[in-house]
Amino acid sequence: MSEVIVITSGKGGVGKTTTTANVGTGLAMLNKKVVMIDTDIGLRNLDVVLGLENRIVYNLVDVIEGKCRLKQALIKHKKYPELCLLPSAQTRDKDAVTPEQMIELVEELKKEFDYILLDCPAGIEQGFKNAIAGADRALVVTTPEVSAIRDADRIVGLLEANEMKKIDLIINRLRIDMVKRGDMLKVEDVCDILSINLIGVVPDDEQIVVSTNQGEPLVGTDCLAGQAYHNICQRVTGEEVPFMDLDAKKGVMSMIKGLFKK
Amino acid sequence: MKIMDFFRKKGSGEIAKDRLKLLLVSDRANCSPEIMEMIKNDIIAVISKYMDIDAQGLDIQITETESEGSNGTVPALFANIPIRDMKHKSAR
Repeated sequence: MSEVIVITSGKGGVGKTTTTANVGTGLAMLNKKVVMIDTDIGLRNLDVVLGLENRIVYNLVDVIEGKCRLKQALIKHKKYPELCLLPSAQTRDKDAVTPEQMIELVEELKKEFDYILLDCPAGIEQGFKNAIAGADRALVVTTPEVSAIRDADRIVGLLEANEMKKIDLIINRLRIDMVKRGDMLKVEDVCDILSINLIGVVPDDEQIVVSTNQGEPLVGTDCLAGQAYHNICQRVTGEEVPFMDLDAKKGVMSMIKGLFKK
Repeated sequence: MKIMDFFRKKGSGEIAKDRLKLLLVSDRANCSPEIMEMIKNDIIAVISKYMDIDAQGLDIQITETESEGSNGTVPALFANIPIRDMKHKSAR
C-alpha cells in the first residue's frame, strides 16, 4: 500500500523543503521506493537541496500538460536508485496546475512507489490546495516561534476541513539551551497549543546548512539532526521509536573523537 | 493577571505560550473584528433595555475557560460591561 504525504507549514522558511529532502532520503535508506514532488511552482528548491539541479530536463508542468511522459521527468538519485524527484517548473506560476490534475498524477505514481512526498509551497493559496489534494496524510512543520505556530494552527484547521486522514507535527529548529533558559517554547507547550500528534523534534543544527550547501541530505549521519530525521522516517513507516534525549551532554571521549574527525 | 505574576519574572517562552493560547482561540473562532463589533452593539442594545450601561467602557473578547465537563478548556465569550446605574430610567 503506498502512502501520499504532504509536507506543509503555512509559514515560509521553517524547513519544509529540508524536511522533505531528509524524510524522502531517509525512507529510501529504509529500502522504500520514494518519489518526491516539488509542488512549489515558480520557486523550485527541492532539486538544489538534494543536489539534483543539473539533471532536470522536464518538470511537473510538462508532465501535466502532456509534453513528456511521467517516466521522462522523474530524476533518479545516483546514490539511492529507489529515490526519485519530480521537479517543479521554475518559469510558470501556481495556476498552471489544478487539484484534479495533481490527484491524477499522484494516482499514477502510486502504482510505482511506496511513498509519494509532496513538498508544499508556503501560504494557503492555489499551490497549497494543489499539494494537499491527493494526500492521505500530512506532516506539519513548525518552529517554536509564535508566527510559525500560528500559521501551523491555521494549516491544521484547513487540513481538517479538507478531511485529511492523518496529521502529524514536526517541531524544527529547537534550541535546547534556549528552552532551558526559558526563552523558547517547550516541545510540550507547542504540542499542547496545537493539539496534534508529534512525530518528531529536530534540533537546530549547523550541519543542516553544511548539508544543504553540499546538496546532500544529512539524514542518517551521526549529528543530532541526522538522527532526528532518521527517527522520523521510522515513525512514518509505523515503527515505534522513543524520542531522543536532546539534552544529553557530550562525553569527554566523543568530544575528543569529534576533534579528530575534522 | 494575578498579583503574584507581577513579581515573578516570566521567561519569554512563557510569554509566547500565553500570547499564542489567546491568539489561537480567537483565530479558531474565526471571528472578524466586524462581527465582534456587531456582537458588541447587539449586547449594548439588549442590556440597555434593563439597565444603564457605559457603552464606551464595554469590552468583549473571545478567550477560553475551564470546561465543567472533563474536556479541558473551551472557548468563551468574555464581556466586561460597566454599569452606570442598576435602575433604568423607565423604572424610575
